[in-house]
Order: sequence, then structure tokens, then C-alpha cells
Amino acid sequence: MIDIAGLHKTFGTNAVLRGVDLAVPKGTSTVVIGGSGTGKSVLLKCILGLVRPDAGTIRVAGADATAGDRDAFLAQFGMLFQGGALFDSLPVWQNVAFRLLRGSQKRPRAKARAIAIEKLRRVGLGAEVADLYPAELSGGMQKRVGLARAIAADPQIIFFDEPTTGLDPIMAGVINELIREIVSEMGATALTITHDMTSVRAIADRVAMLHDGKLRWEGPVDEMDDAADPYLHQFIHGLAEGPIAAVR
Amino acid sequence: MTALAATGRRTLAFLALVGRIAIFAATTLSHLLRPPFYLREFGLALLQIGWFSLPVVGLTALFTGGALALQIYAGGARFNAEAVVPSIVAIGMVRELGPVLGGLMVAGRVAAAIAAELGTMKVTEQIDALVTLSTHPMKYLTVPRVLAATLTVPFLVAVGDAIGIFGGYLVGTSRLGFDQSVYLKNTVDFLELWDVGSGLAKGAVFGFIVALMGCYHGMHSGRGAQGVGRATTNAVVSASILILASNYLLTELFFSA
Repeated sequence: MIDIAGLHKTFGTNAVLRGVDLAVPKGTSTVVIGGSGTGKSVLLKCILGLVRPDAGTIRVAGADATAGDRDAFLAQFGMLFQGGALFDSLPVWQNVAFRLLRGSQKRPRAKARAIAIEKLRRVGLGAEVADLYPAELSGGMQKRVGLARAIAADPQIIFFDEPTTGLDPIMAGVINELIREIVSEMGATALTITHDMTSVRAIADRVAMLHDGKLRWEGPVDEMDDAADPYLHQFIHGLAEGPIAAVR
Repeated sequence: MTALAATGRRTLAFLALVGRIAIFAATTLSHLLRPPFYLREFGLALLQIGWFSLPVVGLTALFTGGALALQIYAGGARFNAEAVVPSIVAIGMVRELGPVLGGLMVAGRVAAAIAAELGTMKVTEQIDALVTLSTHPMKYLTVPRVLAATLTVPFLVAVGDAIGIFGGYLVGTSRLGFDQSVYLKNTVDFLELWDVGSGLAKGAVFGFIVALMGCYHGMHSGRGAQGVGRATTNAVVSASILILASNYLLTELFFSA
């Protein structure tokens, strides 16, 4: 579904991506892991066109991601942002139905609201939340609203950027479970970036590890624990000692 | 040599900034003419920029008109020309003080608010979220605000002109001994249509500048609270300086012989 080859991105003198090759098969849930600053977010932003790569190719469903109709390209995606990125000025239901209220997927306001309330219900929120503003919600509820917005237009591909960051362990578990369920029932292709290993085990079919701007290891989640790669071993077990230098 | 290099670097950085702002302005204008148009955002911007700025602009104009009457009376008394107070207050307000002070007050209120809002949207990834939801940030955020400010600031200037003249009238008739009907007659008789029109045209330019600077600095905000704070300061300072500079150029254009 998503094929990335030789992706490079440098900011000033900081080479963040140094030739990333990654294939995300259709209908699977791939999780990219790696320490802070290894380029995980930049990778997602390059696919979406939010950041222009210096070199390399990105193909989504066989088509070049940087060419063609941008609106149609983006209509394939839903994204859950790390902090939710909900629009403060809009009530919850208009956040969820944002794509359904404008552009090529526009539909009548009442219909859009009904879909928004249905999606909110899917992520465990009642209709009474629909008319609240994002600032009136807790962190966990904002994450759920962000998730409802990501799935509102039934996208084929969903990106999750650090979906459990800032949540308590129970809420993190709930969000992980929701993501797994929703991705399975929609048959969507999911790409998640995280450094939360509980998330990885709950969400992933496949795991890819980014280190030093390159893909260090990639494989099914079942093989992750037995992999011989010392970098992966250090990361997934959270060891201070190992080839990855820790800043103390 | 180091000082020369530093000066060169600053000059180049300044020129690059001017270029970026010019491209930003041109992009905004090009989006102004192409659909989709976000009418709800435009309506909200009209309300935020126009309606909610009325008290600030009105109060500024009222006190300025009053002070102007006192100053002109005191100055005019030196050569027995106290009678010019009504006409000079009117001409001073509509040509210069109405648009310039109105523009500066709107710069303080609106450019700061826009830069802070858009800067916060930038650092909380709301602008990235807009893009992923197939919505162009320039069309959704910049165009409605720039258009609303360009259209409403002339109205604010017109209201400010009227209130400023009224401030002069209040002071003139209550403190300086002018007859009410004579004050009004002198105001109307010496005021020409182009005096008012030029001030309103300045208002439109100042409105464009205010919203453009607010949007530019907000959308290019640095990270964190410090980045948003800097963007807000830069928006107000650059809008104010550009208002004063363009005021001089427009005055040259409109009134130089």
C-alpha cells in the first residue's frame, strides 16, 4: 500500500532520514519504533507531503505521492496527531466531521453531524460530548475525539502519531484496544509511530525500527523478541547499556 | 571584518524576510480569487476584527479629537486663528489621525490576536491537521482574515473619524466657547470628499497589512510558548512600522503637488 525507497531528509546540518526503505502492506498494521529524534515523525510527514523529502520516492497505492491530485491523495488518509491537534475554535462534532462539512466529501450538515456522533460513539464517547469544545475535554477524551476525526471519512490508510503519549496506563490500554479494533473492522492500512512498547505489542502486525536515519530492523511482531539485532534488543527491553548511546 | 560580515548577514536576512513576506502576500492574493471560499471563517473574522475593535478605535478617536481641539486652539491663539479649530480637527482626523491611530490600535489588537492564534495552531499541529483534512491553511486561515481586515478597517476608520470630530466638538463647545452650530458648519464647509476618501483608502491598506503580518508571523511561529510570544511581538511591531511607512507613501501619492 505504501512503498518508500531511499528517503532522505536533512534539516540544516541535521540529516534526519538517511535513506529509509519501508513497505507497508495493504490491510496490515505497521508500527515504526525508535528513540526520540530518530525521524519517525518526519517519515510520516514526508508521506503526507507536510515535509518535502530531499531524495527518494514514496508511492501510495502504486501512485507517486508527490504528483497528481492532492485532494484525492489526502482523502485516502486519516491521522491521529500526538496532541490531538483538535481545532479549538470548533465544537467536538465539527472537529470530527471537519472533512464532511467541506471539500469533495461535503454532505448536508445534519448528515455530517449524525456521522460524527456515530464515530464518537464508536470511540466510546456519548452524544453529549458533541457540542463541547476541545478545551473542555480531558486528555484521554481529546485523544478519542482525534481518533473519531481520523476515521470519520472511512479512510483506507490511518496514521497514528504517538497515540498513547501523555495518557495514564489504563487509558493508553483503552486507546490501543480501540485502534486495534477499528483498524481490523475497517480493513484499513495502519502506520503508527511510537516508543511505547505496550502499544507496539497491542497494535502491530509488523514492526520497523528506525535508528540513525535508517531502518535498523523490520519484521513481524512475533519475531521481534527473538531478533538478534542488538539495537532492537536494547530498545524493546529499555536497557541503558547497549549500542544506542543514552544521554544521562 | 567581523562587524562587516555581521552587517552583511543581517542585511541578507532582512532582504530574505522581505522576499518571503512578498511571496506570502502574493500567495494570499492568488487564493483570494480561487475557490473554495470559507464564508463562516470570513464572517467570524469580520466580527472579530471589525465589530470587536469598535470600542478601542472609538475611544482612541474620542480622546484624540478632544486633545487635538485643545492643541489647535492653543496653537492658533498665537496668531489669532482660534477659529480654525473645527476645520483643522476635521481634516486632521479624517486624513491622518483617524486612519493612522485606528490602524495602529487594530495592529495592537488584531495582529497580536491573529499571530497568537495561528502560532498556537502551528505549534499544536492544528495547521498540519488542516492539511491532512484536505484544507489549504492559506485559504482557510489567511484569506478570510486578510479580506475581513481589508474591508472592515475602512469602516472602523469612518466611525473613528466621526467620533474624533465629535470629541473635538465636545471640547470645542464645552471648554473653548464655540457656538454649536458654527462649529458644525465650519466642520462641514471645509471638509472635502477626498479628505474622507483618502483616509478610508489608507484604512483598507492598513487593514491588509495588519492581517497579513498577523497571519505571516503566526504561521511561521517558532516552537513553544516563546516562539508564539516572539511571533506576536513581531506581528505587532512589523504591522505598526509598515502602517507608518505606507502612510507616508500614501500621503505622498494622494496629496503631493
